[in-house]
Amino acid sequence: MTRKVILFCLALLATPALAQGFAGMGTEAEGFAAPAPDPAFDFPADHGPHPDYRIEWWYLTANLEGPEGRRYGLQWTLFRSALAPGAREGWDSPQVWFAHAAVTTPEAHFFTERFARGGIGQAGVRADPFEARIDDWRMAGPSLDDMELTATGPDFAYDMNLQAEGPLVFHGDGGYSVKSDQGQASYYYSQPFYRIAGTLTLPEGGVPVSGAAWLDREWSSQPLAADQDGWDWFSLSFESGAKLMAFQLRQSDGSTYSSGTWIEPDGTTTALPDGAISAAPQARTEVAGRTVPTRWRLDLPARGVDVTVAALNPRAWMGVSVPYWEGPVTVSGSHDGTGYLEMTGYE
Amino acid sequence: MTRAGLSALWSFWRRNPLQLFTLVAGLALATALWSGVQALNAQARASYDAAAAVLGEGRYDQLIPAAGETVAQDSYLALRRAGWQVSPVLEGPLQARQARVRLVGIDPLTAPGGVGPMTRSEAATLPAFLSEGVVFAHPGIAEALAGTLSQRVVADPGLAPDTAITDIGVAQRLLGRDDLSRLILAEDQPIGRPDLSDVAPGLIRRASQQASDIGQLTDSFHLNLTAFGLLSFAVGIFIVHGAIGLAFEQRRAMIRTLRTLGLSLRRLMVLMGLELALIALVAGGIGVALGYVLAAGLLPDVAATLEGLYGAQVAGGLQLDPVWWLSGLGIALLGAVLAGAGAFWKIIRMPVLATGARAWAVATGRGRGCQGAAALALLGLAGLGTLLGGGLIAGFASLACLLLGAALALPLVLDRLLALGEAFARGVRTEWFLADTRQQLPGLSLALMALLLAMAANIGVSTMVSSFRMTFTGFLDQRLFAELYVEAEDTTQGAAVADFVQDRGATVLPIQWVDTHIAGQAAEVYGTRVAPAYVENWRFIAQDGTDSAVWDRVADGAAAIINEQLARRADLWPGDPLPLAADRTLPIAGVVGDYGNPIGQVVIGEGLFERLFPAAAPERFGLVTDTPAALRAALQDDLGLAAGQITDQAALKQFSLGVFERTFTVTAALNVLTLAVAGFAILMSLLTLAAMRVPQLAPAWALGLTRASLGRLEVLRALVLAALTGLVALPLGLALAWLLLAVINVEAFGWRLPMFLFPGDYAVLGGFALLAALLAALWPAWRLARTPPSELLKVFANDA
Repeated sequence: MTRKVILFCLALLATPALAQGFAGMGTEAEGFAAPAPDPAFDFPADHGPHPDYRIEWWYLTANLEGPEGRRYGLQWTLFRSALAPGAREGWDSPQVWFAHAAVTTPEAHFFTERFARGGIGQAGVRADPFEARIDDWRMAGPSLDDMELTATGPDFAYDMNLQAEGPLVFHGDGGYSVKSDQGQASYYYSQPFYRIAGTLTLPEGGVPVSGAAWLDREWSSQPLAADQDGWDWFSLSFESGAKLMAFQLRQSDGSTYSSGTWIEPDGTTTALPDGAISAAPQARTEVAGRTVPTRWRLDLPARGVDVTVAALNPRAWMGVSVPYWEGPVTVSGSHDGTGYLEMTGYE
Repeated sequence: MTRAGLSALWSFWRRNPLQLFTLVAGLALATALWSGVQALNAQARASYDAAAAVLGEGRYDQLIPAAGETVAQDSYLALRRAGWQVSPVLEGPLQARQARVRLVGIDPLTAPGGVGPMTRSEAATLPAFLSEGVVFAHPGIAEALAGTLSQRVVADPGLAPDTAITDIGVAQRLLGRDDLSRLILAEDQPIGRPDLSDVAPGLIRRASQQASDIGQLTDSFHLNLTAFGLLSFAVGIFIVHGAIGLAFEQRRAMIRTLRTLGLSLRRLMVLMGLELALIALVAGGIGVALGYVLAAGLLPDVAATLEGLYGAQVAGGLQLDPVWWLSGLGIALLGAVLAGAGAFWKIIRMPVLATGARAWAVATGRGRGCQGAAALALLGLAGLGTLLGGGLIAGFASLACLLLGAALALPLVLDRLLALGEAFARGVRTEWFLADTRQQLPGLSLALMALLLAMAANIGVSTMVSSFRMTFTGFLDQRLFAELYVEAEDTTQGAAVADFVQDRGATVLPIQWVDTHIAGQAAEVYGTRVAPAYVENWRFIAQDGTDSAVWDRVADGAAAIINEQLARRADLWPGDPLPLAADRTLPIAGVVGDYGNPIGQVVIGEGLFERLFPAAAPERFGLVTDTPAALRAALQDDLGLAAGQITDQAALKQFSLGVFERTFTVTAALNVLTLAVAGFAILMSLLTLAAMRVPQLAPAWALGLTRASLGRLEVLRALVLAALTGLVALPLGLALAWLLLAVINVEAFGWRLPMFLFPGDYAVLGGFALLAALLAALWPAWRLARTPPSELLKVFANDA
């Protein structure tokens, strides 16, 4: 969903003059292309960048298991942000890239970030053969279904292999995902069916891991309304094989706008309209000076879902340029499973 | 009781406004000199820090080219792709109208935190900086840049003078380049990176603390200033100590009365402490204000000195920092405490009913012994420090010990000299005069010490400056032997100039160099076309073979010549191998004196230079010709060179000497100030002593000496004491000069200068010292001559 949109822009705009909260994403998108209903995607080209849109990301999260059933979470995210529409060679390119990587254990949370200018070859995405890259970090394969994934930080690194075992999934109306009552929207699809395996390098040494991963692809030019100041985003994989993507945008008047997608084990989707899902905080954790809900009750009556979503490590705080919370979660209740939770805008 | 106590204490100052003035003025002067120097230092440091902080030089390691001045952009990309967290920097000169701007391009996205002006500026956002082309410029050049560039120019006082910062892409476009100058290395680096030599073999890592070569070089200058500030402060504290001591002595009776009336010692101490603190704060406030005026007056010269000597840029406007105000007040308080501690201690130990003897002013035999021992110990330490010590700090410590020891020894030496005079004296009046002078020594000794320090500093520094000047002039004659110097616009024009001049029968000496590091020192490597003129003019300090043999080997690329700075710092001398590049070592054939710059220089043959540094090409030339005027005209008329591109030898010498003169303006100004403070100290000592001297003068008056002749004798006494002090100051000053030339200079600048003596200068200085003493003694003498006879008679009335 909308998730990182804001992050991305915020990071760019994180200067005193521009730090106007998450509304940074709500600023006017002069000259940029705007998402339109009834999209016709063109793959593999659409796995590549769309420089005429202001923001875009390649967002991968994974729930992993190591020796003796020890659980881990992994994040690899590449953001593109355009200062102006279009691509150009050299330092003058209006395209800016940045990336976050993290590994979460039940006790620790490692994270780091990267920045790069477009146009000089330091970062970028190529659709075919697929390669998303910034510095020495890569998510690349012959195709989106078969990829290598690497990242390094000051105190961790990972080297993983990804194999897709299901189809791409399109959110909203065939990939056109509405983000507010006022019509803000994005193009949004996912590959939630990856098997992932590889090695985490942590301070204690190398750890062989395997599990499931979920890739989000989204691009837009103005994904949030000006009065939306944060969001809670869930991607859950149930033991039944079904999956659920759900988010709620918290608006400054205290109301929320929610949306989601129910994904059958075969990839069949059902869009969930505003109000279909309810998410309520059950427990909070103080981390990095903020109070963040780290256990949620999620209700989707239409599917008989009534679950508790609890953080594997409630201190999974991403202390990057624009900080947020993101980490692996455990699902219990009417459905058991694992997933990822992202929360922004908590002060 | 408190109120009565305060009122009694204050009444003393009301009755003795002159003493209050002495106290406040002494403290204010001490504070002014100290805080003025601190302001100068702080301003200069802030300028370097601004430069270093904005460019990350102070905090971060950097990757710089092992040779040459350029880093390929591909090296940057290769490093980033290998995981190295580096950020590109491009630096180059940009002409904007009359201003020569140092344009720095950075990439704010990859730059580590705190680098670049955007992090603290609200004038332009990061997106604007990246996409619209914003140039942050020091206010001094902002207008010139705005008139030249199409980019938006934002004035930023936080930048170093003549510096402008913009996005790396804009910088490349404006400078017409596609490469980089260096890379900033972030503190946090990912694990598992390949070695630097595998990814970018042409780059070397320069540690952050080494990065600011300017800081290292200018440290010595600031230490110099600080030492002067401290010296001035010490002189001021002498005055204050005298004034406080005197006041406490004179208030003994009052203190006794207050205490017998029931004021507790503790409360009395608190009240007197408050009184002193109040005076110190007022004096400190005045001092800080004076210090600001002083600093503002000297700043242009300090800035000129730093730029001339080191190429370091200092902003021209003095910025007031509250910390500076507070530290000025603090130093005034500290000075008052230092000066008043002894007096307080005496009052605490004084029996309640003690009489008001002038015990403080009479140096007892035991006290004298202690003083002598302390003086000897300090002089011994100074000698020891000079023999054994290394480093600038040790040099200055020796200097401080020498000055303090000599100051402490002065009263004893003067006493011995006067006693010697008494032994040879003929006539009652002379004997009385000498005995009375000896009697007054303790009261005057602090002022005389101040005079001694001021004179010695003056002799020492003027000897150093004059020695330097003679050596420097000789050095300029050696070095600037070409008649004309030409600076081409680019290498193409340079080549054209060389051809043109050669055709006209003049000798062309290309001047080309690269900035690099040798043996861990910042250094310039010059590629020299060896010509007979070099052999004839250059003089070696140390050499391996005859002059022509040395130059022959250099011409063959078989040896190098280095300057004295590099030789002393890296301990490299003729015969030693000189590591020139990673795979190239040359033996050193000669060491030359070099008083033109503080950093190391290496001279190698032109051929070898071109092989080692193929990217460098000469743009400057020395032209040896018999017809400089005609050649100059031809260069301008036929080749179209601008007049400003050609400099003749005389103008260049003038310029170099000008740099040199300004270098010592600051020192000279501080010298004059210390002498003035010493004169003031004498004046105040004489004035405060005058009142107490009446009982001693009254009998002489009664025996027939007129008041006028007593006054004349007072003036004579001041002159005799000043002259004797001058006699002591001369050897002390020469010792100081030797320390400055042979120890401090070597440590600070890397060169040792021959010491020349200037008896004429010393005579003039002696004259000034006598004049100061005369001026200081005139008013007290005039007052003495005008003392009403009734005052003198009162002495006997009291006796009765």
